[in-house]
Amino acid sequence: MPVVSVVVPSVLRPLVQDAGSVRVELPGQGTVTVGQVLGSLAGSHPLLGRRLRDETGALRRHVNVYLGPDEVRRLQGLDTPVPDGAELLIIQSVAGG
Amino acid sequence: METQYLVAIGTKKGLWLARSQDRREWTLDGPHFLMTEIPSIGIDSRNGTRIMVGIRSEHWGPTVAHSDDLGASWTEPEGGGIAFGEDDGAAVERIWQLQPDRAGRPGVVWAGVEPISLWRSDDGGEHFTLNRALWEHPHKPEWGEGAGGGAVHSIVPGREDGTVHVAMSTGGVYRTLDGGASWEARSKGITASFMPDPLPEFGQCVHKIAGDADVPGRLYAQNHGGVFRTDDNGDSWRAIENGLPANFGFVMLSHPRTSGTAWVIPLRADVERIPVDGHLAVGRTRDGGDHWEMFDSGLPEHDYNSILRDAAGLDTAEPVGVYFGTRGGSVYASADEGATFQEIASHLPDVLCVRAAAIQPTAGTEG
Repeated sequence: MPVVSVVVPSVLRPLVQDAGSVRVELPGQGTVTVGQVLGSLAGSHPLLGRRLRDETGALRRHVNVYLGPDEVRRLQGLDTPVPDGAELLIIQSVAGG
Repeated sequence: METQYLVAIGTKKGLWLARSQDRREWTLDGPHFLMTEIPSIGIDSRNGTRIMVGIRSEHWGPTVAHSDDLGASWTEPEGGGIAFGEDDGAAVERIWQLQPDRAGRPGVVWAGVEPISLWRSDDGGEHFTLNRALWEHPHKPEWGEGAGGGAVHSIVPGREDGTVHVAMSTGGVYRTLDGGASWEARSKGITASFMPDPLPEFGQCVHKIAGDADVPGRLYAQNHGGVFRTDDNGDSWRAIENGLPANFGFVMLSHPRTSGTAWVIPLRADVERIPVDGHLAVGRTRDGGDHWEMFDSGLPEHDYNSILRDAAGLDTAEPVGVYFGTRGGSVYASADEGATFQEIASHLPDVLCVRAAAIQPTAGTEG
């Protein structure tokens, strides 16, 4: 059962009982994707899920998800494979005024 | 306890709540939802007082929340309250309007949303259902976007069951007579100076509509150039601009009890979106728009900020209170139906939405 740790930015931590990260366990074996991890996260934490992706499933424009040093849009987007035991880092982009 | 007056001020960077016992001395509470914009507020006084807000974060998206304790705590529906389905191929961008229905339809709340869509709640504004007839309207491909985006921004539930008027930018006024099962364009006579045909069937950039307090079938419209009235439920509109210094603007308010009384806040023109001559003033009519009188007592001599379509609201006290905010972050209040104003908040972020209520603790609430 793959396990991925999702690191939540401080501004969203009230939605996850002030935890710094959320451990996501996905059923089955083998590789999972960023989309599957975020989908599982939204299932257990729907308010957090809506802040990361809109109803179409797309990542919100100013939400960045990093796997290691790479933002997943520069990899395979939501289809990016996530190794068992990896860490996904959520960081809001520079935006606003 | 005495009547408490509440003014909810939605801004580009949060919500402020102004409170008063006498509409002279005000205290300001906030910000709530700091660093999120509040483009819509609804105050539902039909069963206690519920404040509903549309929230939008540039990072984290839009949602709705409500408070049943006058802003002490807020609840956000887990599913977001307003959300398209997987097959709709769309996502909510911004909630532009939260409009409680009439007293005889408790629990019904309407929402106007970007992308252009209308939603209905039957549980007091916690969960909304998309109106599919408007969403799938044959005119939809031709509806456009104003500078702020495309949305249903005005919702006027009628006295008769099943009648609702909505307005959108751009698209114009649409009416249903069957509770939203079907919609027809009802903008005949309203001009569209930005189109090849200045009197199209639809496509106008109507900025705001409001229903008359008592005359059936009468509504008022502040258009993108032009102030209009219909006396036949939207079948036809005619200009009502006598006494106004300009016919551009965004605000249209109508008195909750007195027929014929309405307010506008004129701006110079489409290409010059400032108060006329840089001088802030409010227009009021007592005869359904046949004549307008301008009021500026208590307003600044110079102000070059515009007033957005929902940045004005009324309470339901006697006399009615009139409130509005500017993109410069000032909020003005009048306790005499717009004859004189005082500034009750200043230096806030851009004011996007203002709603007010007179809360009667012992006999329910008004608003």
